[in-house]
Amino acid sequence: METKTRESKGLFSKLSNMTDSNLLLTITIVVFVLMYIGAMVFLGKGFLKPQAFFNILNENAALIILSCGLSLVMITGGIDISVGGVTALVTMSCAVYLDHKNGTVGGAMLLALGIGLAFGLVQGYLVAYLDIQPFIVTLAGMFFAKGMTTIINADPFNVANEQFVALKNTRVNVPGMGSYNKKGVYINAYVEIGVIIAILIVILMFMMLRWTKLGRSFYAVGGNRQSALMLGINVKRTRFLSQLLCGVLAGIGGFVYFLHVGSGAATNGAGAEMNAIASSIIGGTMLTGGVGNIIGTLFGVLSLSTIKNIVASAGLDQAWWTGITVAAMLCIFLVVQSIVVARKK
Amino acid sequence: MSTAKQKESFFRRLVSNQMFIPLIELLLLAVINLINDPSFFKITLGTNTAGFPVLSGYLITILDYGSELAILAIGMTLVTAASGGQDISVGAGIAITGSVILRMLCGRNSRPDELQMPIICAFLIAVLAGMIAGAFNGLLVSWFKIQPMVATLILFTAGRSIAAWINNNELPIVSEPSFGYFGNFIPGIPVPTPFFIALAVMIVTALLLKFTNLGLYVQAVGINAQSSRLNGLNPTLIKFMTFVLLGICVAVAGLIKVSRLSTINYSVVAKDIEMDAILAVALGGNSLSGGKFNMTASIIGAYVIQFLTTTLYKFNVKSTALPAYKAVVVILLVVFSAPVVREFMSAKWKQLISNKAKKEVA
Repeated sequence: METKTRESKGLFSKLSNMTDSNLLLTITIVVFVLMYIGAMVFLGKGFLKPQAFFNILNENAALIILSCGLSLVMITGGIDISVGGVTALVTMSCAVYLDHKNGTVGGAMLLALGIGLAFGLVQGYLVAYLDIQPFIVTLAGMFFAKGMTTIINADPFNVANEQFVALKNTRVNVPGMGSYNKKGVYINAYVEIGVIIAILIVILMFMMLRWTKLGRSFYAVGGNRQSALMLGINVKRTRFLSQLLCGVLAGIGGFVYFLHVGSGAATNGAGAEMNAIASSIIGGTMLTGGVGNIIGTLFGVLSLSTIKNIVASAGLDQAWWTGITVAAMLCIFLVVQSIVVARKK
Repeated sequence: MSTAKQKESFFRRLVSNQMFIPLIELLLLAVINLINDPSFFKITLGTNTAGFPVLSGYLITILDYGSELAILAIGMTLVTAASGGQDISVGAGIAITGSVILRMLCGRNSRPDELQMPIICAFLIAVLAGMIAGAFNGLLVSWFKIQPMVATLILFTAGRSIAAWINNNELPIVSEPSFGYFGNFIPGIPVPTPFFIALAVMIVTALLLKFTNLGLYVQAVGINAQSSRLNGLNPTLIKFMTFVLLGICVAVAGLIKVSRLSTINYSVVAKDIEMDAILAVALGGNSLSGGKFNMTASIIGAYVIQFLTTTLYKFNVKSTALPAYKAVVVILLVVFSAPVVREFMSAKWKQLISNKAKKEVA
């Protein structure tokens, strides 16, 4: 009995001694694991197959990339809500380029990168060098991107380009994972190309934030701009680079989204900015800047999509439940963050 | 010499007046339309399908559809001034309050023969719903100290879903003709009703600002919350209050919106209106980072936006492509009002003047 209380006391003091970043990351991972186990126990079959997990990855590869970009700007103390609009613009531009202009897949990739780069450059310049509120700049960016999408082509359509369809349908088997279907045939679990790109980006971003000078200066600028300036960090350039990188990641994310759905439509990526911000916040990135972790963001996306799947398979499949659950989750985590900050004072 | 100086100071006063920017924009839009097609300004008196006299024409359209925007701009100006951020959930809020009105009027039956309660009662309940939504946002912003735009993101995401949920995702239709008066015309009066509603809200706001300290307190909190607290104000309460006031404005706008069609489309009603409302505040020359505000300028800003929208429609721009053009306007606006750009331009201007003076001396 005695040992137990000491242990729990030790755990509590450990928790309260944690840095904000680690505490929030721990909360996120615990929430995700509990939620997934809960889903496996109570909702059964669908969640027990490994493919169920990989399907979450397949569906959310683009969201993972977009969320990485958002975590980056949020760590630096900014925000970017144009990512959903950029996604729609990228899908539509690539679709038109591939089908109406007989383009190649490589060209489409470059086009996606170029659009992301252009948005990143302009928004970054306005935010960092002209010192305009990032929310206003990227709100305008979002509306511009959405409007441009319908100017390019108003009607949604599926891409028929063979080269592209082949790439879209490429499946990469995950070794050692799989399940037997009803007939008893073993089916290997698979992921799409987008997931591999997303995982690569997560790893790259994680390494960049943890071990490079640029990565550390993102945290420094987000934590306290004044002291970052005094440390000799080029604050303007750092903010510029964070918005630029987010724009580029939005371009890549847009292409991955395109690769998943295979169509160009103005409604593509609708609400992606909200999901990406929500994922970053759930993953422990602080809105006030200076705190955040890409691994947390990955778990944020997974938690968000798991809860969506739970809502869907619990029979609450009316469209409105998704919006309400996402918002409720965002709300809870925002309040938790606010309490974590208040804890210190 | 002295007259020249007077002239200069008059010019400077004119330019530095906050009303200058929105009025110039209004003039600019008017001139563009005059050159393009003078019939833009024609107002005709006709009769509607019920045989009552109504005014029609582009200018009437602007007055009509600018009303919701003007009402929202009033609330948005207060929120912006006090909290230094904007509420992006107003569109979703309109969906919620509109849905509440219809739910109250129709009950469980989506095609009722008679109204379940007087329209005024339904409206008051909707005001309550708007205030609750505003209070939710206000609580997150003032108490939990979350950035306004992110705090309101929650309702922005969930609002339309909640609106659909209130009516069980059905689309109630009110067949009672008197319900349509609020969004269209009252029989016998040729001016659209929303204009009168907007006017009433404006008058109430003007009285509120004139006879209470609301305006002063809001500005004090927006300029420096810490020092306003030291002066005995309660910044938390004042920020909270501005969001509740915006909630009331949202409910009024919601009534107009649902009355126009006597029904609601949850995903389309008041779409992108948050952008227009924020833009109205910015066009009025108010700082988006809080502090001082000018309510009249915001209201003019709202009508400028509607003028711009109507002009773009006149040039055959599709409604889905509108945001792209407006975004360009916003970007130009914020770039020219950015302190960095202003300093740069005034430095250039001074240089130009001193060069001129040097030449004159030489």
